[in-house]
Amino acid sequence: MIMSPSTVRTRTSAFDAARLRDDFPILREQVNGKPLVYLDNAATTQKPRAVTDAIARYYAHDNANVHRGLHELASRATDAFEGARERVARFFGVADAAEMVWTRGTTEAINLVAYAWGLDRLRAGDEVLLSVLEHHSNLVPWQMLAQRTGARLRFIDIDEQGRLDLSALDEVLTKRTKLVCIGHVSNALGTVNPVAHIAERAHAVGALVLVDGAQSAPHLPVDLPALGCDLYAFSGHKMCGPTGMGGLWGRRDVLETFAPFHGGGDMIDTVELESSTYAQLPNRLEAGTPHIAGAVGLAAACDYLAGIGRDAILAHERALMTYALERMAEVPDLTVYGPADPAERSGVVSFTLGDVHPHDLATILDGEGIAIRAGHHCAQPLMKRLGVGSTARASFYLYNTAGDVDRLMDGLERARRLFGL
Amino acid sequence: MTERSAVDLLYQELILKHYRSAAHRGELERPDVVVPMKNPTCGDDITLHVSFREGRVAEVAFSGHGCAISQAAASMMSERITGRTLDEVHALAARFREMIHGSAEAAADRALGDLRALAGVARLPSRVKCAMLAWDALNEAERRGGVQGPGAEPT
Repeated sequence: MIMSPSTVRTRTSAFDAARLRDDFPILREQVNGKPLVYLDNAATTQKPRAVTDAIARYYAHDNANVHRGLHELASRATDAFEGARERVARFFGVADAAEMVWTRGTTEAINLVAYAWGLDRLRAGDEVLLSVLEHHSNLVPWQMLAQRTGARLRFIDIDEQGRLDLSALDEVLTKRTKLVCIGHVSNALGTVNPVAHIAERAHAVGALVLVDGAQSAPHLPVDLPALGCDLYAFSGHKMCGPTGMGGLWGRRDVLETFAPFHGGGDMIDTVELESSTYAQLPNRLEAGTPHIAGAVGLAAACDYLAGIGRDAILAHERALMTYALERMAEVPDLTVYGPADPAERSGVVSFTLGDVHPHDLATILDGEGIAIRAGHHCAQPLMKRLGVGSTARASFYLYNTAGDVDRLMDGLERARRLFGL
Repeated sequence: MTERSAVDLLYQELILKHYRSAAHRGELERPDVVVPMKNPTCGDDITLHVSFREGRVAEVAFSGHGCAISQAAASMMSERITGRTLDEVHALAARFREMIHGSAEAAADRALGDLRALAGVARLPSRVKCAMLAWDALNEAERRGGVQGPGAEPT
């Protein structure tokens, strides 16, 4: 049975996406003469006024450098910066804000683990376990590290629905496994991976577990201590926050074992000409003047999402995804990748349409004001595993509506007509 | 609403015919040059086989994967340059580049033949690279043959 758009609205009655859209000025843009339908949220999300206002307010009233000034503005900036850390930590259920290390985003957070932990810890013969679903940012740092240390990379495969095949998990996890790095949600297919289960098995062989949370932090109610992992990387810009801002959460006892990452100001205790001692967590891992306004903006984004309620956001996205998958099943020549059950995926759907190349599809949809992503989604090994060069991807967020799905379907129909399918 | 959109201008039958055409698709038995060319932004690729004879492009074939624009451009280019002198090919390449960058005069030039169907790319800046991919490969093929390439950016 196909749910009508009104059914979707009824199901999420506590959640009024149409009203939330007012918080995002960019959603009123016209693109190619049509109202914008923004379905590229897995790449980056739009920003609510609460976030852009918080950043503007910080620069207008509190701007100074942090941690060292003795004047009023320096105190305000430091309070804003460290207060932001507290709020973001709380958003993820973390009690000790010193466990929350700022980074430029997920990529830098993963590289931080590779360099500050992996370079010293991994030896020839050690193994790092990844999966074929991973984004390049959770592959390339480990390839670089493996080249430098002689460690070996191993991979969990997927089944035909793009779900991790965990049947051989206990075979690939051995005493040689030192680290398991798994994406919580696949950016290309939307698969939600059972990270708690994987972490439990990984811990049984003494491996650390790093979760790439770039696609889960924005969409799932993530409680980090309950997730079971040791380390979690995320990006602010995919969760209504500013670009260039994200973080690495780590259990304190794990982060304490990390060597410094970048050297410079703010990460030191005492500096002499030939040597230095380092600051406590989290500053030890944060050299240089940080992205203060970014932290303020990210905290505002967390407050915004918490205010709406992450369970409500998830329910809304699931309802939209269910509706989208039902509508897409009606489109001839359309192939959908990833889990068939909407409960097993986040708000991401990858697809191809007959012999219409995804880039042409993206251009045709853009002509209708619809923004999607087309390409390899920074997951070239996954594309190869799926036997496709590229896919088109639509990804939803809290401000998308059933009407957006309908516009996407109209756009797909137009592409079919243009290509004579 | 009478003005046709860039999408309507571009995705016409002629382009789709070339996109799906088997003519010139494949490999040459004895190519003088084989050039693989990749568009790193999208991952699309083309491998161009060219043989030259007596100052002319004797045979052209291409293989690879890509969007309708890149594949149709490769097909149309192959059709248009086969048997032409290198001077003629250079003139075509320059004309094509002018058209892709918005010259209405170039878009009306019958010398471009079917390639004129790609004029709409001028209104889609993100797709210019797709249209130029085969020409870039041809330029590289000539460069490897020791001749000044036709698609070279003016310096």
